[in-house]
Amino acid sequence: MTSARLSTLATLRDRIERIGAQGDALRPRRVSLGHAEADAALQGGLAVGAVHEVFAEAGRQSAAATGFVAGLAGRIAPRRPLLWIRQDFCEREAGALSMSGLAELGLDPRCLVTVCTADVEATLRASADALACDALGAVVLEVWGETQKLDLVASRKLTLAAQASGVTALLLRIAATPNPSTAETRWIVRAAHSPPSASWAAWGTPLFDAELVRNRHGLSGRWIMEWKCDERLFTEPAADSQPLAATSAHRPHQARTKLRSAG
Amino acid sequence: MDARVKPGHDESLVRQDNTDLPSIVVIKENNALKIHSLDEAAARYGLTIGLPLANARAICPHLEVFDADEALDAKKLSDIADWCDRFTPLVALDPPQGLFLDITGCAHLFGGEAAMLHLVSDLLTAQGFAVSAAIAANPVCARTLNRHVHGRIVGDGEEADAVGPLPVAALGAGEAVTAGLRRAGLKTIGDVAARGRHEITARFGSAFTTLLAQALGQGDYPISPRKPLPDYITEKRFAEPVSTEAAIMTALSRLAAMLVTALGRQGKGARRLEASFFRTDGAVRTLTVDTGQPVTKAEVIDRLLRERLDALADPLDPGFGFDLIRLAASRSEIVVQEQRDLDAHVHDNDELAGLIDRLSARLGTRRVLVHLPQDTHIPERAVLPQPAQQHLAAAMTAPWPERAEGEPPLRPLRLFERPEEIQVIAQVPDGPPARFVWRRATHMVVHAEGPERIAMEWWRAGGGALTRDYFRVEDEAGLRFWVYRDGLYEREIEQQDGKPVHWFMHGLFA
Repeated sequence: MTSARLSTLATLRDRIERIGAQGDALRPRRVSLGHAEADAALQGGLAVGAVHEVFAEAGRQSAAATGFVAGLAGRIAPRRPLLWIRQDFCEREAGALSMSGLAELGLDPRCLVTVCTADVEATLRASADALACDALGAVVLEVWGETQKLDLVASRKLTLAAQASGVTALLLRIAATPNPSTAETRWIVRAAHSPPSASWAAWGTPLFDAELVRNRHGLSGRWIMEWKCDERLFTEPAADSQPLAATSAHRPHQARTKLRSAG
Repeated sequence: MDARVKPGHDESLVRQDNTDLPSIVVIKENNALKIHSLDEAAARYGLTIGLPLANARAICPHLEVFDADEALDAKKLSDIADWCDRFTPLVALDPPQGLFLDITGCAHLFGGEAAMLHLVSDLLTAQGFAVSAAIAANPVCARTLNRHVHGRIVGDGEEADAVGPLPVAALGAGEAVTAGLRRAGLKTIGDVAARGRHEITARFGSAFTTLLAQALGQGDYPISPRKPLPDYITEKRFAEPVSTEAAIMTALSRLAAMLVTALGRQGKGARRLEASFFRTDGAVRTLTVDTGQPVTKAEVIDRLLRERLDALADPLDPGFGFDLIRLAASRSEIVVQEQRDLDAHVHDNDELAGLIDRLSARLGTRRVLVHLPQDTHIPERAVLPQPAQQHLAAAMTAPWPERAEGEPPLRPLRLFERPEEIQVIAQVPDGPPARFVWRRATHMVVHAEGPERIAMEWWRAGGGALTRDYFRVEDEAGLRFWVYRDGLYEREIEQQDGKPVHWFMHGLFA
């Protein structure tokens, strides 16, 4: 067969798959995170082909939020290419994404393409192009600070593009507060303390205090999640890590906030 | 074809010619101002090139004198060469005032050699330059003819006859040789040619003999064109110059279709595209687009050019309109027809390459990067970012070091390009930090691990950099940092000297 026919065949197969998938658009494909309570709140897992927002409210939580987004990307698209669109200012303020760090988290730096843009406008245009390319597994947009450009209209465009191609968009906002958008889920992530342990024990596995503040199809909640670098999934932190008598610095977070359904 | 242009004659001078005031351009030579070039009115007064200015003023009291600006002249010549690109892609500079145009195979497009010569001369004269041109099979022969008279066309084999009657000054061999020839009684080139070759070489050198042979059409003088010849060229001339964006884009689309057909006939795809826009007033603007994989579809070329045009910092200024638009594939490659299985996998790679091409065309190749591992343990150099267009395949198969099982991450997720200095209280000599101040905030350390000692590469030149002791620390808020101390206490830093110890913040962990 000629190559033109073969690529047409491949395109047609993708479209048929997607039409079939759109038939049950009420139940998009979900990828479980590994953390039982979070998965229950998310109705099985994180929705693929949708927009998810992760906020780091203070600039110093940027590394925790980045780690959380990297973990989500690792769960959603483990073997497909990943596009990370980054604003130049993020690199100057919080440091550049390090490939060796990603490799240490268990992700594969071979599939990662980084795009550096000067401002939010260029970021949005690049993401529009990227979300149209269905060869990608996920697209991460890293934006610093408050900006008028990421409003309801922009977020709706991203959602539509993600739904059409099946590529998940992860929006990482650093030093910003949430504003109205059409994202499927919205998280606020902070760093969580490592549990107190003996001085010879290994510590330092990524531990996140992840608060799901908005969930379109489910409940919200707040959990401590640990990212297991070897198995590449989120779990509850080890049960014996919270001793009975802890100093005030190490008092574990209070019981998960009351579950309420999100609108 | 050889064209001599006399720069220094711009519009202002042309206007002043109407008042019939002679004008000259002077240049400083050996601490004296001498005439560099002059116009017909000045020539009629008997002034010659090389005459000192004082003599010139004595001969002719009313003179317009301009200072020579050689840099500007060179730039002007370069601009004219750009303009001559519309006739042939092979244009070479012959400084200070000449251009060589290789019109092999182009003359028929303009109605023949004579018509082309008149066209070029007329167009250049209309722009305000004084031009003389000649066509011959050999560039040196053309140049020799041109020095004497304008508008000669000499065919193959007739060079000796055409060049024979010309005076020896037309050869352009230099003052000393020309004077020597005249003193020897050789007034015309025919006289010199009639002499034995060895006599001429013995008296005037072999360089002159080579020049003579080339002028007579016997040797070959390859010109070095300014730009390499592209593989495929398509162009469109407009009788009515276009300046609207819609018309330009339509023309580019049609040219892209023609280019793709021409490439397809030989099974090739374009890797580098150049779109040149020629304005009616002579300015030329060229845009270049690179692609990662050979392009065989007209829509893709169209899209890439559109991205590049949109992303121009300095938008395309049509002026009074473009009268020629050219699209060339300056680099092309044979498209390998792979035996593809029905898997969508290969289709995906092409899609990704296409996306990278589009983003690179819009943002620039240095903003779309892949990362390759390097064989070094220095953290900031362990990963090398490279443009994704050329290195995608290498990045997909690069060998990354395996992480140690069961260990927490040993390298931070975010790495500062330039480590920031922090103030630390730590136990000497090898203790981890107990408290540190970073960006004017104090952090109390709760957990610490280290030191991980990384020595700089002493085998490289200038390897006097200090060894670093890295510590993974966590503060009371749960944030995890990667800090290092620059230098070892016993061996590298002498505290008694009063030199302070420097600690730096290098990265942040998730």
